[in-house]
Amino acid sequence: MTEPLLKIDNLHISFSTRRGVVEAVRGVTLSVQEGEMLGLVGESGSGKSVTGFATTRLLDAAGRVTAGKILFRGQDVTKLSGDDIRHLRGAAMSMIFQNPRSALNPIRAIGTQIADAILTHKRISKNEAYAEALELLRAVQIRDPERRMAAYPHELSGGMCQRVMIAIAISCNPVLLIADEPTTGLDVTTQKVVMDLLAAIAAARGMATILITHDLGLATRYCRRIVVMEQGRLVEEAAPKRLFNAPQHAYTKRLVAASPTASSRIDDLVTEEERGPYVEACRKPKPPPAPGTPPLLVVHRLVKRFDQGAAAVADFSMTIAAGESVGLVGESGSGKSTTSRMICRLIDPSEGDIVFDGQAIGHVPARDFHRSPFRKDIHMVFQDPNESLNPRFTAFDCIAHPLMRLGNLRGGDALRQRVEECAQRVGLPADLLPRFPHQLSGGQKARVGIARAIACRPRLLVLDEPTAALDVSVQAVVLQLLDRLRREDDIALLFVSHDLNVVRMLCERTIVLRNGAIVEQGESRALFDNPKTDYTRELVEAIPHIEIETRLATAAL
Amino acid sequence: MTAALRHSMWILRGNPLTGIAATGVLLLVLVAIFGPWIVPYDPIASNVPEALLPPSAAHIAGTDQLGRDVFSRLIVATRLDLAIAVSAVSMSFVLGAIIGSFCGYAGGRLDRTVGRFVDVMMAFPLFVLAMAMVAALGNRVENIVIATAVINLPFYIRFARAEVNVRRNLGWVEAARACGESHISVVLRFLLPNILPAMAVQISLNLGWAILNAAGLSFIGLGVKPPTPEWGIMVAEGARFISTGKWWLVAFPGLALMLAVLCFNLLGDGMRDILDPRMRT
Repeated sequence: MTEPLLKIDNLHISFSTRRGVVEAVRGVTLSVQEGEMLGLVGESGSGKSVTGFATTRLLDAAGRVTAGKILFRGQDVTKLSGDDIRHLRGAAMSMIFQNPRSALNPIRAIGTQIADAILTHKRISKNEAYAEALELLRAVQIRDPERRMAAYPHELSGGMCQRVMIAIAISCNPVLLIADEPTTGLDVTTQKVVMDLLAAIAAARGMATILITHDLGLATRYCRRIVVMEQGRLVEEAAPKRLFNAPQHAYTKRLVAASPTASSRIDDLVTEEERGPYVEACRKPKPPPAPGTPPLLVVHRLVKRFDQGAAAVADFSMTIAAGESVGLVGESGSGKSTTSRMICRLIDPSEGDIVFDGQAIGHVPARDFHRSPFRKDIHMVFQDPNESLNPRFTAFDCIAHPLMRLGNLRGGDALRQRVEECAQRVGLPADLLPRFPHQLSGGQKARVGIARAIACRPRLLVLDEPTAALDVSVQAVVLQLLDRLRREDDIALLFVSHDLNVVRMLCERTIVLRNGAIVEQGESRALFDNPKTDYTRELVEAIPHIEIETRLATAAL
Repeated sequence: MTAALRHSMWILRGNPLTGIAATGVLLLVLVAIFGPWIVPYDPIASNVPEALLPPSAAHIAGTDQLGRDVFSRLIVATRLDLAIAVSAVSMSFVLGAIIGSFCGYAGGRLDRTVGRFVDVMMAFPLFVLAMAMVAALGNRVENIVIATAVINLPFYIRFARAEVNVRRNLGWVEAARACGESHISVVLRFLLPNILPAMAVQISLNLGWAILNAAGLSFIGLGVKPPTPEWGIMVAEGARFISTGKWWLVAFPGLALMLAVLCFNLLGDGMRDILDPRMRT
């Protein structure tokens, strides 16, 4: 075996914070061969990004390498002088960041930004640099590159911006590229295109790549070798196939189980030891609704136009029966959030009817709907748990709020009891109730959000990407929780998401939305297995699947 | 609460000036409350035989042209100056925060109308505007308060508007609506309390400015009338004697003003650090 391009040896990194020194990376050893794509997988706080940043010496001032070596072509990066590392950075190794829009300078044309990167490292004229920049835009397959050279970042889509970032990163032919969550925040179809492009470029130029991601599916699709990190330690290193078929470490097992696949069901998402009583609950078949029961919610030809005139939602109709779960999928800008907010009566539709339990509620202005008797029947779980709790409310206050407003509980023991009951239902320990949101973890905040939503026993729960900001292992638990609530309390769920794997598991029916109009709808399994329209097929194919034979086998049991 | 206290202590260790400024402000408030009982001399009664004495052991800040003890007058003036500043700032804060919050939340035509109105106000030289208002409304202390409040109002409206605007689409605001709150109660009971910490900084910085403004108006003869002790008037009256070397008549009230404004500004800066979320955790 040849000497590896990058060799990280027993790396320790600590951050000094007010609560003392925190060890973010505790003894990571790994190596990257020339031209290889290595997946560095872990959940938030696992130290994967910190390792990446340390390799390019981009750690912030509070972070320090306390022990270990990072050997890049035999040179210890941690000991290089500032000048030397600047020569290395960009020219020999470069980095792609998570949010392309914030990584680009908003007031410079993209062509100029690429040329700037070239000029930093090469002694060539401005014109030559611009010519190279144009070539790079071509290489990252940006259409009409001559015209795009003069475009500013805000004129481009997220996927386009990430291509520009890739163009900048490869502008000086680096031998090592570190991609930190390069496609998180992009739509699935864009994600696939960008990742395919990145992989193709890396292969064509013989670049070694470290793909840092939380998405096991993505890593298996593109990497030959995957390294799993947990709490600053490297817990497992294996080829993707072995990682999935025979995970060795307990954490890897949990992570693999929690990553949704094309065939997994909700109760597959946690390992057997943790499954517990949930399985009993969900294995029981749900009794079909009595024939002739009117649906809980009927939405008829909903239209929403904003000031500009173009319709954000055009002609949207659907029904939900009590206790049914319906998925609403679409890419960003498809109008799914607008639709969910209209159904939740937070904004007014421009046209159309919303009939809830036989009563038309669409004509009640959203501004007066808080007085409607149906307010407590429709509740919503919001996207980012970090932003969905009032920073000045404790967890208890958050859950108690709808009970006091809508449940006629004015305080005292009855309120306390009901809040604790809700907390218990979502698996939130009672001793966390006096805490403020910033003292809770992401998963705990998500639970508070759900507890608040179910506090008044709504009959319809609208969920706006409730797991998008969560780690997969937390997502698994939250999904189980939602499914159990639906089965036990007969709550109808309208699940808005761009994550098709999740929708397939949780929802009985799925509606695909594009540009504000319904493209396709039907029973989830049929729709995903046999998409009728090209758009749906494209969406389904773009999901990073983990296609492992044995998992299919276990699912069939 | 203890967490907040610990956080404050941590900031204070990195920035001891904030602690000094907080102590200074506390001292000012104590002097304003207890001033009349602790002064060594009557601040109003004239005592011509002892006029214009330089600072000495008996009169540590000297005496003025009517023989009144400058130190005693300084102490007693604290209450009036603080009272004007505090009442003016609280008026503009309450009004500005509410108007600004509704503009930021509602957006649209209300926001545009109020926004242009604020722009017009800010295009005036504010001190001249205050002078004109006091002159028009009548030369009384209440009108100084009103004038100071009005010229501060645009800043609070803008500030509250911006702070609410960035929050209005957050999940917890929508959640409050889903929990059955009306738009009005979302603004008053949810958004306003959340922008208070940020506004507290503005208040502290503004108090210093309001004291200067009140003193400035008195200096040019508006509002407070002699013989009432007030820092601005004291500077104005003392200015006549500065050419004959009686520096203490101007220097001590000027110093008092400067220290008061400095304390409020430093406290505001420190509070910004304490309340900045990026400094937390």
